Amino acid sequence: MSTFVNLLAYGLADGAILALAALGFVLIYKATGVINFAQGEFLLVGAYMFYTAFVVLQLPILLAVVAGVVVATVIGVLVERLILRPMVGESAISIIMVTIGLSMLLRALVQMFYGTSAKSQPPVLPRSSISMLGATIPLNRLLVILIAGIVLVAFTVFFRRSRHGIAMRAVADDQQAAMTMGISVRRVFAMAWALAAVSALIAGVLLADISAVDQNLAAFGLLVFPVVILGGLDSVPGTIVGGLIIGLLKQFVSGYLDPGLSTVLPYIVLVLILLVKPYGLFGETRIERV
Amino acid sequence: MLTRAYQHSLNGSQLSAGRPVLEVDQVSLRFGGVKALDDVSFTVTSGHVHAVIGPNGAGKSSLLNCISGLYHPQQGQVVLHTADAPAPDGTPGQEHRHRLTRLSPHRIARLGVARSFQNIELFSHLTVLENLMLGRHIHMRHSVLASMLWFGPARRQEIAHRQLVEEVIDLLELQAHRGKPVGSLAYGIQKRVELGRALCLQPALLLLDEPMAGMNAEEKEDMARYVLDVHELAGVSVVLIEHDMNVVMDISHRVSVLDFGKLIADGTPEEVKADPAVIEAYLGAEDEDTDVREAVARQGEER
Repeated sequence: MSTFVNLLAYGLADGAILALAALGFVLIYKATGVINFAQGEFLLVGAYMFYTAFVVLQLPILLAVVAGVVVATVIGVLVERLILRPMVGESAISIIMVTIGLSMLLRALVQMFYGTSAKSQPPVLPRSSISMLGATIPLNRLLVILIAGIVLVAFTVFFRRSRHGIAMRAVADDQQAAMTMGISVRRVFAMAWALAAVSALIAGVLLADISAVDQNLAAFGLLVFPVVILGGLDSVPGTIVGGLIIGLLKQFVSGYLDPGLSTVLPYIVLVLILLVKPYGLFGETRIERV
Repeated sequence: MLTRAYQHSLNGSQLSAGRPVLEVDQVSLRFGGVKALDDVSFTVTSGHVHAVIGPNGAGKSSLLNCISGLYHPQQGQVVLHTADAPAPDGTPGQEHRHRLTRLSPHRIARLGVARSFQNIELFSHLTVLENLMLGRHIHMRHSVLASMLWFGPARRQEIAHRQLVEEVIDLLELQAHRGKPVGSLAYGIQKRVELGRALCLQPALLLLDEPMAGMNAEEKEDMARYVLDVHELAGVSVVLIEHDMNVVMDISHRVSVLDFGKLIADGTPEEVKADPAVIEAYLGAEDEDTDVREAVARQGEER
């Protein structure tokens, strides 16, 4: 029983971070139609930005978070403006290639400035544990679940209720009509990238705090793909459900069966979902007639 | 019909009635070798319902797309006139000219040109209310941050906008459909929602692309009624594209006729009806249309 509760907490924490990372991916896909292979690197860059502000510049933690968010927003907007906008109208394959190039560029930049060894960062979340349901659970996992949950709810409410969120959904729905409503499609694109970068930053900081500030953060970001394929490429609730399923699956398989299997399993799920239900659990089924 | 007093004026134009609101000036649009529009010029007067009619493929929708900035004509220009609010003593405000052919669609929308599409282009995943609120987008000024936190100005503004939206819902009798996703509604109601969404912009000029397309006679009559309400109750200048000539004759002040991209007539409905060029190019085709419709109606009765 105690193993189960432990694995549950670890799985939910991983899943919540995955959901945050996947949220950014879905935002970009929904609003702009771009499949962003650099989402994992956004996590990486976000974690290092926070590290720079918090450890290198010695800013107080709240200020470091704000600084990180500002820098992430700028990076998101710049990526859209300088790299993706010139690609408007190009084929999907070319755009995917560009985002793969972007992912390598970001990773290389991080290596260039920070080296390849892991950085030590004082813990942001408390390292103590609490006893719950007969198990000892690290407090930081619970806080990760809580923080990620709050951020996810905030983003969801933003999309459902606010005028900018609704403008984004309108652009995703029908770009031409959105333009004739006075919505600047370019600004919505920039906003999608900025929000994706910010959600990735939060995910990156949380993940770095429960693991380490190193290059592996980007590898964790690769798990975004099984998550979004499972949840549906264009579904915000799908990212939450998909993220939690993949996170729990990984931890349970690792705990009860085999840690090696747990790293492969998400991708096996990805292949199975593509075979059985290619639009994911919540994705919109698009029928294209050629 | 002027029974209800609405709080919000839906007419976004400050031009005094009778002034030109839109000038289409020698517009030519080509797609490769095809001339969609060939040297088309006419003027829309403020406060009028101005119909643009013509057989299928005459270039009506292309013309509308040139006005709303989705197409950029190779030659000619489209000019929108706007005015500042009149002074307290009643002197009309200063007028401005905007060359629409140089602007992007969202800029044109912000000048107050709203439109509907021939094939409904609603945001089908959003509710009727959300679609209409999107029409208020250009009038909302608060930033992304404020709208995230839903505080102060964002909140107050949304309440005021919601009042206006409710009045549009009332005008177009959409009360029962407020919270439903647009994709789930019947065709005729979707057409009405699209009209409503355009109205929510408080347009200076309303462009309607075949609002009665695909409707039966009764629905057409209803739609014509709504368009008239929009004009009479809200005072909005309307450019109305229509395929069916009979529908527009009763409700428009002025009619321009397109055929194969050329303007073949421009005048009052009576003048246009009597114009030999129109009768030859247009009414001939219309007769065939009527035959087909009658045949379809007969089939329906037999069943």
